[in-house]
Amino acid sequence: MTALPDTAPRATGPSRVLGKLSHVPVMVLAAMVFLIVMLGVTFFAQVIQPYDFDYIDLMNRMKPPAPLEGFTWAHPLGTDTLGRDLLSRLLVGAQTSMALSLLGTVLGAVIGIALGFVAAHKGRLWDEAIMALVDFQAAMPWFIVALAVLAFMGNSMVVFLALMALFGWEGYARITRGLVIAAREQGYALAVRGLGAKPRWIYIRHVLPNIAGPLLVQLTINFPNTILFETSLSFLGLGIRPPMTSLGQMLGEGRDYLISAWWLAVVPGAVIFFTTLSMSILGDWLRAKLDPSLEG
Amino acid sequence: MRWITIKTLRAALTMWLVVTFVFFVLRATGDPAAILLPDDIDQATLEFYREKWGLTAPLWEQYVSYWKALFHGDFGISFRNNMDAFALVWERVPKTALLGGTALLIALVIGMPLGILAALYKDSWLDRVIMTTAVFGFSMPNFFLGILLILIFSLQLRMLPSSGSGTAAHLIMPALTLGTGFAAQIARYTRSSMIEVLIRPYMRTARSKGAGPMRRLAQHALPNASVPVVTILGFKVGELLGWAVVTETVFAWPGIGRLLTHSVAVRDLAVVQCIMIILALTMVFSNMIVDLIYGWLDPRVRVGAGTASK
Repeated sequence: MTALPDTAPRATGPSRVLGKLSHVPVMVLAAMVFLIVMLGVTFFAQVIQPYDFDYIDLMNRMKPPAPLEGFTWAHPLGTDTLGRDLLSRLLVGAQTSMALSLLGTVLGAVIGIALGFVAAHKGRLWDEAIMALVDFQAAMPWFIVALAVLAFMGNSMVVFLALMALFGWEGYARITRGLVIAAREQGYALAVRGLGAKPRWIYIRHVLPNIAGPLLVQLTINFPNTILFETSLSFLGLGIRPPMTSLGQMLGEGRDYLISAWWLAVVPGAVIFFTTLSMSILGDWLRAKLDPSLEG
Repeated sequence: MRWITIKTLRAALTMWLVVTFVFFVLRATGDPAAILLPDDIDQATLEFYREKWGLTAPLWEQYVSYWKALFHGDFGISFRNNMDAFALVWERVPKTALLGGTALLIALVIGMPLGILAALYKDSWLDRVIMTTAVFGFSMPNFFLGILLILIFSLQLRMLPSSGSGTAAHLIMPALTLGTGFAAQIARYTRSSMIEVLIRPYMRTARSKGAGPMRRLAQHALPNASVPVVTILGFKVGELLGWAVVTETVFAWPGIGRLLTHSVAVRDLAVVQCIMIILALTMVFSNMIVDLIYGWLDPRVRVGAGTASK
């Protein structure tokens, strides 16, 4: 393919990306960097980790993290009561939390968007039924429902993931339904329908890209909540449990050693905090970008 | 009044869904009598309760008698200490109500004024400081804030007790932990709601009538700005209760939340079932109260007969 002649001298490639990034506030940039690091950890935790996360080194128990007195470079973030390397545990714990939350968020989005489309398309009884479910889900504190379901069904990975997927779907459903109803009557949708396209094709090919912005913003709201959902349940000892580990599980475990080894709780807690914070900062910025009429 | 009828029907529908949900989940996991009664119970007693709860009857009859039992406050027996499940839960209600109420109060007392200030000085440094603090505030996981507070105020400064509920000093840290996140959210909602109200024509009218700034704020801006804030607050009650579970566990606060965590861990299902239904009732009631306040703040809602959408 031949490149079209560009009349305006515009920067291309990496320099153009850099140019765009220079307009982004520092806080948002920092948030992006942190989230990219977290994503890297999600995929490559096993490559980066200095030790196996369950490797027990009884000669080096309760070592403090780096700048504190008595630390060792063998364990830059210190060790726990069994001498397990905190950095390695942190990487694997972050991987579990991130992977579960990402999966939960995406599944929730798929369920919510699909039901939103069905409600908008089928109308009448379908619409009523789906919206009643949405109201029900919004009315009940899902965290507590999840606790009850875990009690009834017992704790298993499948149940846990299902609970995470069902957490927050109603937000996507409500937004999708509203947007689809509004978008359907707009010029482009009418035009494609006039050309004889099938409804499913119109929705996926034409309506979905047009309503992607608000859905993306909803994603940035839903993701921190999902990660808090996972970490809270694991913190209470009812989600991810040993021998597996997650950020919440580590924090829950570390809570018992606040007097002797505070870093066991504070380090994973800080990682959770910075993850939710980064996502919120990014979400606020995206929302302001996509919809300048929105305030606050 | 049609508006109240619709709201009541909605509330009834939610309750019906919750009870039905619990009914079927309980039956999907096995024999409810065996689940709801202690493990070491003898066969004769098990049969007695099967008969009493009508578990030998067809499903729809069971469903009816399940409702009947609930209306009599019969939620089964906690197998941990052979106490009536309802009595066990009911005993904890005041503690959670105290914690949740104080947290909500903290959230309103901190959040509303900060939101108003941020709106009045929109785009100034004050606004930016408040809003940045708010983002930090609501991103802070409850359990982490609680642990940090314990580390600082109990273990380092030795100023406050880290667990229990005996005195007012015991209430400070749990209530702050539970309240700050909501204060941050309320500050945000108040700010955006105030900004919208401040540019309305009636604000200009009020000024041209000669009303002073305080009067304009208190009489014209606030009542209008608080309508969406109250609505949001209603939705947040459930979230508050969810976080109360975590907060109560961190501070060993003897409320419903801690009882729930414990009961889930040991699978004391009679207690879990009872907490679920009491919670659903609380949610339904708080939503109705919010609706009533909403109607009182904004008379248009009453006329609009429940057409207000979320």
